[in-house]
Amino acid sequence: MGFFFVVFGVVALAGAVGVVVLRNPFYCVLSLVVHLIALALLFLLLEAQFVAAAQIVVYAGAVMVLYVFVVAYVGGGDRPAALWRASARQRALAIAFGAAVFIELSIAILGSGLRALGTGGPDVPAGFGAPAQIGELLLTRFLLPFELASFLLLVAAVGAVALAGRRGGLGEDRDLSPGRSTLDLPIPAARGTMAEGVAGYGVTTPMPDPEYKGRKLEEGEGV
Amino acid sequence: MSISWYLLVSAAMFGLGAIGVMVRRNPLVILLCLELMLNAGNLALIGFARMWGNGDGQIFAIVVMVVAACEVAIGLGIIVALYRRRLPVDVDELTELHG
Repeated sequence: MGFFFVVFGVVALAGAVGVVVLRNPFYCVLSLVVHLIALALLFLLLEAQFVAAAQIVVYAGAVMVLYVFVVAYVGGGDRPAALWRASARQRALAIAFGAAVFIELSIAILGSGLRALGTGGPDVPAGFGAPAQIGELLLTRFLLPFELASFLLLVAAVGAVALAGRRGGLGEDRDLSPGRSTLDLPIPAARGTMAEGVAGYGVTTPMPDPEYKGRKLEEGEGV
Repeated sequence: MSISWYLLVSAAMFGLGAIGVMVRRNPLVILLCLELMLNAGNLALIGFARMWGNGDGQIFAIVVMVVAACEVAIGLGIIVALYRRRLPVDVDELTELHG
């Protein structure tokens, strides 16, 4: 057990160092993949089987593929000077602060009153960390966080499409001249309402100003 | 192995991620270093879950993974939008929100 912990811990830390140190962003991503896989193995040592599997599938699989695509698209290698240009003083300060964070956390961990930290943890039943236990917890005690997480994913997906979509972007110039808005686009005669479905196409529906837009189109002012 | 060793590894990962966020200039690599810090938190959560012997910490870790995936989607979307507008992909030159 101790042997595996040392191996996986060293690989995980080496991957983390690689992410920080390597100059080419593509190699940084690959280094993070190595780090994440070693981390998933550490999770396995901690009896968290489902989280380890999710880590490999979601993180080392899906998220890292996204990173690789964006690195290939943006092409991080074209501005080598901009990737690693921190001055020596800033770098020294950053390393000092990072070391201070590590030392503080270590003091907090080693000086903590939790006596169970010094042990390997209590004996757990055979199903600990298995999908059955995680699923039961997610659908009973943690149902609200589960639903909120799904909603958050939906919002993030919509936001990503809105940000990176071809006809969007951050204030990218749309194809709208100053005097017009999307409300001026031509409105079709049939609106797909229930009244049209019942009474047939062409029956006037109680909606405002379909006549005005139609006439504007016939005169060639629209579009 | 005692749980405190896992927590020490987690602390080292967090420190490395913090150094990366402070040193690097490429927003892509800064996002990667943020992932490092989030994963350090995940390792600590799962270590504590093992220490208590119940699965609540693992649920926390899964929620953290969801949040990280959302952050990646939005962050990479912003980077792609920057690239489309021919803006420099460098956090020191992106000072439009500088007060």
